[in-house]
Amino acid sequence: MAIDNETVKRVAFLSRLKIEDSKIEAAKEEFNKILNWVEELNEVNTDEVEPLISVNETTLRLREDKVTDGNYQEAILANAPDKEYDYFAVPKVVE
Amino acid sequence: MAEYIIETAKGKWEVVVGLEIHCQIISQSKIFSGASTEFGDDPNINVSFVDAGMPGMLPTLNMQCVHQAVKTGLGLNAKINKYSEFSRKNYFYADLPSGYQITQFRFPIVGEGSIRIDLSDGSSKIIGIERMHIEQDAGKSIHDLSPHKSFIDLNRAGVGLMEIVTKPDFRAPEEAGAFLRKLRSILRYLGTCDGNMDEGSMRCDVNVSVRPYGSDELRTRCEMKNVNSVKFVMQAIENEAKRHIEVYENGGTICQETRQFDPVTGQTKVMRKKEFAHDYRYFPEPDLPPLVLSDEYINQIKKEMIELPDAKKQRFVETLGLTPYDAAVLCENKEVADFFEKAAAGHDAKKVANWMMSDFFAMLNKKKLDIRQSPVSAENLGKLVELISKEVISGKIAKDVFEIMSETGDNPEKIVEEKGLKQVTDTGAIEAIIEQVIASNPDNVAAYKNGKTNLAGWFVGQTLKMSQGKANPAIVNKLVKEKLDN
Repeated sequence: MAIDNETVKRVAFLSRLKIEDSKIEAAKEEFNKILNWVEELNEVNTDEVEPLISVNETTLRLREDKVTDGNYQEAILANAPDKEYDYFAVPKVVE
Repeated sequence: MAEYIIETAKGKWEVVVGLEIHCQIISQSKIFSGASTEFGDDPNINVSFVDAGMPGMLPTLNMQCVHQAVKTGLGLNAKINKYSEFSRKNYFYADLPSGYQITQFRFPIVGEGSIRIDLSDGSSKIIGIERMHIEQDAGKSIHDLSPHKSFIDLNRAGVGLMEIVTKPDFRAPEEAGAFLRKLRSILRYLGTCDGNMDEGSMRCDVNVSVRPYGSDELRTRCEMKNVNSVKFVMQAIENEAKRHIEVYENGGTICQETRQFDPVTGQTKVMRKKEFAHDYRYFPEPDLPPLVLSDEYINQIKKEMIELPDAKKQRFVETLGLTPYDAAVLCENKEVADFFEKAAAGHDAKKVANWMMSDFFAMLNKKKLDIRQSPVSAENLGKLVELISKEVISGKIAKDVFEIMSETGDNPEKIVEEKGLKQVTDTGAIEAIIEQVIASNPDNVAAYKNGKTNLAGWFVGQTLKMSQGKANPAIVNKLVKEKLDN
C-alpha cells in the first residue's frame, strides 16, 4: 500500500496537523517507510488467530456508581487559553 | 395500518426510515469517571480530569451503566452480548476534549431485538432493533452568549449514553412517532433513562430515503441529527421525503449527507457532506480491556425485570376486561398504571378505567398536576366507583362528589355522609315526591292521559329535581309510569 500526497494532506487535516507544502514529499516517504515496515508482518500466517486487543490478558475492572470526583472548576479551567463566565471560550463553531 | 404513500403527478413513492436514538443512562456518576451526572449545575463543576481529557487520565467503567444497558437490552427483547469491546471514534470538536469518543463499534453490548408499536387504527407492527451500544456523551456548546465565541460546558461530557439503532423498518412518520413513544415508555418503566426529549436526555437522529412504491431497493439516505421532539421527527420525515421525491422527479440525485432540521420552518438544510467529514478512524480503546459478562450476571438482571407496558396492557385487557385502547393509554406511564391498579383493586375495573380516562385526567390537566400529586387518591377513586356500583349514589351525584374530592382530597364516603347525598331508593319516599309533582301539575297529567305520553320524561325530570338528584333514576322512571297510567 503506497501513500500519495493527497492522502498525506487528508490525514494531516483529520489530525489537525499543519504540514507545509514543502514538507509533504518528505512526510509521504516517512509514511510509506512505516507502512512498509508494518507490512512485513503480513508474511506471518494469522489465519485462525484472534486479533489481539490488548497485551493485558485481564478483563475489565468495574467501578461502583459513586460520585468520587469533580467539583474543581478552577483546576479544570486553569489551562484554558480563554474562558468566560466559567465556560471554556473557543472560536465560534456553528455548523 | 393504512399505507403511507406519497403520490405525485409522476408516480407513487414510499419512505424508508431508520432511527438512531441516544438515551442518557440514569446513574449517579459518569460512565468512565467519578464525576456527578447532575443536570443544571454551574458550568464545568461536574467535571473530572478524565472528562476534561487531561493527559494520562484513565477511564474506569461504571458498573451501574453496564447494568442499565443490559436491563434496557432485555426490555428491547434483545440479545445481550456476553463479550463486548470499547473503541475510539476520532473527531475534532470543541466539546470533545480528548479528540475521541469512547464508544462501542464492532462488538456492542446489545445485539438484535424488537419493539411492538401500536398505531392509531388499532393495528400494531414490529420494529427491529439492529443493536445498542454504550458510549460517553460530549460536552455542551453554547453559541448564543457571545457574538464571536462559542462557550463549552463539560458537565455533560462523559455522561453515559445508550445508542439504540433501529432497522430501516419505518414506512410512515406515524410509525416513527409511535416507536419513540413506546421506547420512552419502556425506558421509563425500566428506570434506565428519563426519556425527556426536550431536555436532551433522549435525542433522535433520523435517516430518511424514498423509493418507488412497491420496490424493494434502498436508495441513498440523508441523516437529520438531534431532532428533539416526537412531532419534529414526524415532520422531518414528511418534509425530507418530499424533498427527495422532488429531486428524483426532476432527474437529480440525492447525496448522502447530514442535514439539520429547522423546527421553525419544518424544513431541512445541509449540515455537512458525509463522505468527507466522517472519517472516524475507529480503533480498539487501549485503556479498556473487553467487557465480559457472565450468564449468572445476565440472569440476575433478568430476575429484576418488571412487567413492561405491552405485558401489562395485555393483562389489563385479558383479566380486567379493559378495551385495548383504554389499556394502552393507562399503561403508557407506569405511575398511571400503578394508580389504576390500586384504584381498581376490588372494584369494577372498567368503571374505574372510565373514570380515570374522563373526569380524573381532565381534573389533573386542569390543575396541571402530575398523577403523583393528585388530590384524589387511588383508594378514594376506587371507593367512589364502589358507591356508584352499589347504587349508594347516582352517576350524576358522583360527579359532584368527585368535584369535592378534587378540592379537599376527602374520602367519598365521608362526603356523601356529611352532605346527605345518598341516593333515595326507598320507593315510599319517591312515591311521595311523584304524587306531589302530579298534584301540582294537573294540566300536564291531563295532556299525558290524552296521548302526550312523552311527558313522562318531564315528570321524571321534575321528580329528580325535587329530590335534588338523589332519587334513583331507574326507580323514578318505573314509578312515574305506574302512577300516571293508574
